[in-house]
Amino acid sequence: MEDRDPVPLRRSLGYVPQEGGLLPHWTVIRNVSLVPRLLRLEDANDLARTALSRVGLDPATYADRYPRTLSGGERQRVALARALAAEPGVILLDEPFGALDALSRAEILDTFQQVLRAGDVSALLVTHDLRVAFRLAHRVAVLRRGRIVQCGTPSELRSAPADPYVTALLERGGVA
Amino acid sequence: MSGGRDSGSDTRARPGNRTLAVLSLVAGLAMVPVLSAASLGGGTEPVVVASKTFAESLLLGEVFSQLLEARGIRVDRRPGLGSTEIIFQALVNGGVDVYPEYTGTGLLVILGEDATASQHEVYRRVSAAFRTRWGIRWLPPLGFQNTYAVAVRSATADSLGLETLSGLAGRAPELVAGLTPDFIGRNDGLPGLERRYGIQFREVRPLLQAVKYRALAEGEVDVIDGYSTDGSLDRYPLSVLRDDRAFFPPYEAAALVGREVSETRPEVLAALGELSGLLDEVTMRRVNRRVETEAIPVEVVARELLGELGLVAGAVADSTEGTPPERTGFFPYLWSRRGETLALTLEHLLLVGVSLLAAIAVAVPGGLALAGHPSRAESVIRGVGLLQTVPSIALLAFMIPLLGIGAVPAATALFLYSLLPVIRNTYTGVEEADPAAVRAGTALGMTGGQVLLQVRLPLAAPVIMAGIRTAAVINVGTATLAAFIGAGGLGEPIVAGLSLSDTRLILSGALPAAVLAVVVDTLLAQVERAVAPRGLREPTSPPPSPAPPTTGGTSV
Repeated sequence: MEDRDPVPLRRSLGYVPQEGGLLPHWTVIRNVSLVPRLLRLEDANDLARTALSRVGLDPATYADRYPRTLSGGERQRVALARALAAEPGVILLDEPFGALDALSRAEILDTFQQVLRAGDVSALLVTHDLRVAFRLAHRVAVLRRGRIVQCGTPSELRSAPADPYVTALLERGGVA
Repeated sequence: MSGGRDSGSDTRARPGNRTLAVLSLVAGLAMVPVLSAASLGGGTEPVVVASKTFAESLLLGEVFSQLLEARGIRVDRRPGLGSTEIIFQALVNGGVDVYPEYTGTGLLVILGEDATASQHEVYRRVSAAFRTRWGIRWLPPLGFQNTYAVAVRSATADSLGLETLSGLAGRAPELVAGLTPDFIGRNDGLPGLERRYGIQFREVRPLLQAVKYRALAEGEVDVIDGYSTDGSLDRYPLSVLRDDRAFFPPYEAAALVGREVSETRPEVLAALGELSGLLDEVTMRRVNRRVETEAIPVEVVARELLGELGLVAGAVADSTEGTPPERTGFFPYLWSRRGETLALTLEHLLLVGVSLLAAIAVAVPGGLALAGHPSRAESVIRGVGLLQTVPSIALLAFMIPLLGIGAVPAATALFLYSLLPVIRNTYTGVEEADPAAVRAGTALGMTGGQVLLQVRLPLAAPVIMAGIRTAAVINVGTATLAAFIGAGGLGEPIVAGLSLSDTRLILSGALPAAVLAVVVDTLLAQVERAVAPRGLREPTSPPPSPAPPTTGGTSV
């Protein structure tokens, strides 16, 4: 993995950064079609429109708007659409629900759940929020000081925590 | 005084030189051959007649020009070219063909020899040395001497009992001197006075020719340098201190002619030779006073003088119209100069525009190339910043040996000054572009070059434009100094006005220059807004989403 050229590797993964990371000088459609364009796919804009629909944003309404005019929740959806647009096998979500108010967060969680349940993409979600992790994930890995201390389905973690740290974490995280 | 601009041959000659300037800058070719090619070419080329920035020199330059024109020789006037170093350097490399010089200056300043010789000995030495070293010819002297005169207020002379320069040496530590920059730097000026007489002033202030008499009369300074033929010496209650140890060498005025013209244009030498021995000191003080204190245009005084001398027929009649035009108001005066002001403004804009475009062409790619190399960027930007610390007039003077005089060296100097704001803003603009956007672009698989050109550059555009705007406004101001090396523009009336103590003439250049700076700044501010990426500007409509506004999200 370390031997591979990072640029094609990055293009083959979907990625949703912490605060969306939309390019502020580009319209929504330009942002979402970024990876398809980098991959020189001819139907980049069509892919982008499909991706927008998948995350519950009407392309007709949103395509030509700039990130600045969107709410935080909308930006996060656009970021997810951008990650999905080139139809990658895996997407990486880095704390994508951090800076949202409760209402947008609930809405966008639903959207993410629908997209992930649709089943044609695997997702790696990094989060501090155990409720989110337990709600979305099939398998959860608990990291402590850079090492995986336990990895399993949510119910495996609940029923057989590997050590006192995992027990405490689940209790404090409200998912025990 | 229009600085000789109403001559037809003059205005025809200029656009060609401007075009050359543009071409050689844009092409980035060796500029010297291009420039000198313009001054070669035998009898069809106009003779470039220059002068220094004081009344007598301007007047003699104009007398030379009118005399040549009366003999059917085309002339390109370059009045008021900086200091001796600047104008002589231009004569050596062919940018100037003729200018009035003084033998003492030639001996002490240009040859760097000591002046102990008699009048004829000095002339003999400079003519021999100039011819063998540079092929430059001193024509026979015009007939008068204009030596330095050190003057104090008569009241000061009385109270301190000052009559001679030896006497001044004892009192100098109490006195403030206001001296022309030329005098401060020259061997036959302050350094020589310090050596010969042991004079050490309490303070030395550099003052321009135009203001030093007033500064002395008003008590701002106690001692000034002047010329013995200055019209202004009679204008104030002043005492000239006697040079009791014969320090100042003979300063006989004569026409200095460059190699090219000396060798190929005998008719020029013959025409200028007609003036030899015709001008005495009384005449010169009188005509200088006409220019300096009566504010009569140099062209008019020159025409009168040539008529009186019987060299140009039919000119005497004009002397009746030589009444000062000063009685009209300032704005009517400005209005009467509108055509000329417009032409000068266009010249000015061309200088600023060409130098700025060249700077953008170099500094924007340069700034982009430095992105991601902080230590290299540091040293490059510091190096370019060093250029900025060179005083403008010094930088202009450095250009002369390399590029001659006129628009090319001036535009080159302005180009060098424009580099720093543009390269610095380009570099910091792209380095500090929205880090979240840069990270996202990289993480999604954009290459370094794609991130630079598609993310960093557009986000940095307003910052880069702000640098360009700074450079443009600085350039509009600095370009007024370009007149010192004959580049024209709005500095021309300023330089001429300073030499002639003509406030209205100074303002007729300074005011349009100030207005131009404001206009350029305002226009570029518009451009700055226009290049800001649309997504970064104020939203045109509020978000239609029902979701409540959030505090988080991408900050833009």
